[in-house]
Amino acid sequence: MMFRRVFPHPLLTLILWAIWLLLNNSMDPGHIVLGAALAIFIPWLTSSYWPEQIIIRHPWMLVLYILKVLYEILVANAVVAKLILGPQKRLNPGFLHYELQLTSPVGISLLANTISLTPGTVSCDLSKDRRYLLIHALHIDDVAEIKAEIHRKFEKPLLEIFVAC
Amino acid sequence: MLNLALSIAFVMVAIAILLSFIRLIIGPSVPDRILALDTLYINTIALLILLGINLQSALYFEAALLIAVMGFMGTLALSKYLLRGDIME
Amino acid sequence: MLEWILAILIIVGAFFTLVGSIGLFKLPDFYMRLHGPTKASTLGVGAILIASAIHFSLKTDGVSLHEILVTLFLFITAPVSAHLMAKAAIHIKVKQVERTRQLED
Repeated sequence: MMFRRVFPHPLLTLILWAIWLLLNNSMDPGHIVLGAALAIFIPWLTSSYWPEQIIIRHPWMLVLYILKVLYEILVANAVVAKLILGPQKRLNPGFLHYELQLTSPVGISLLANTISLTPGTVSCDLSKDRRYLLIHALHIDDVAEIKAEIHRKFEKPLLEIFVAC
Repeated sequence: MLNLALSIAFVMVAIAILLSFIRLIIGPSVPDRILALDTLYINTIALLILLGINLQSALYFEAALLIAVMGFMGTLALSKYLLRGDIME
Repeated sequence: MLEWILAILIIVGAFFTLVGSIGLFKLPDFYMRLHGPTKASTLGVGAILIASAIHFSLKTDGVSLHEILVTLFLFITAPVSAHLMAKAAIHIKVKQVERTRQLED
């Protein structure tokens, strides 16, 4: 219990520490101590703004997911570059609703971010009850295929990583 | 080799900035102009980093970091303004 | 050898930045223009930043990793700003191209 009071968000503490060291671009003992002090103090000071805990069940799967998304970004950019440079008469843009199975807010925001960065889709809006994501696609051949692809590639791993709260 | 690549890259990024600037001026709707500004600052980051490599100076990096943060804030504030007609809630 | 990698990274980065702006310039409506800058420009600037990180790690003694910070920042913020701009555009009902596929329900 004592641990929770000093570190309300252990992950945030680690990330802030890493950011401080990267910003200064040095590993001096002075910076390490100062960064650690700030990284403990800032989450403690702002903990009332994010009351809910973020539960990550499989940290390694999250790392794998991020690597996979980086690869998908490379592929997506080749596709989008081809679509943009090609003739625009052929493009069939459109909106589609994606029904979410994720319930954790962090999971949903992560999914929306990945959708925006990968093949030809940008997330535009989230319905009030957090069940539908409005997506705009640059080129649609088959709606069901896009939805199935998003589910298979991105939502399934996220469903396993983030627990609903 | 590196100098040649840098020269070509400068020209390409400069054309990119020019295109975004044209969109900023003609862009029929307000979100178009916000998007053009957003692209303009991303392109500026690219230009600054290239200048930093060309002039062997790490100072340009700090400017790029500041532009990244401020540009993001600007885009958020403008979009919020369109959504609510007010920046602060 | 390493100079070649740097040169290729820089050219690829500049190319994608240019593609993003071409998309912004020539596509017909706002929602389609949104795709260019959010994807292509972000990757382009990311590639240039990684080239810069490699370059300064070689030139000065000790690694230079703070470019990674800007890359990460751009990759996190680009979808967020795209989402908000799209939301704002839908809110004030920006025109779409006629052939845009509407929602099925």
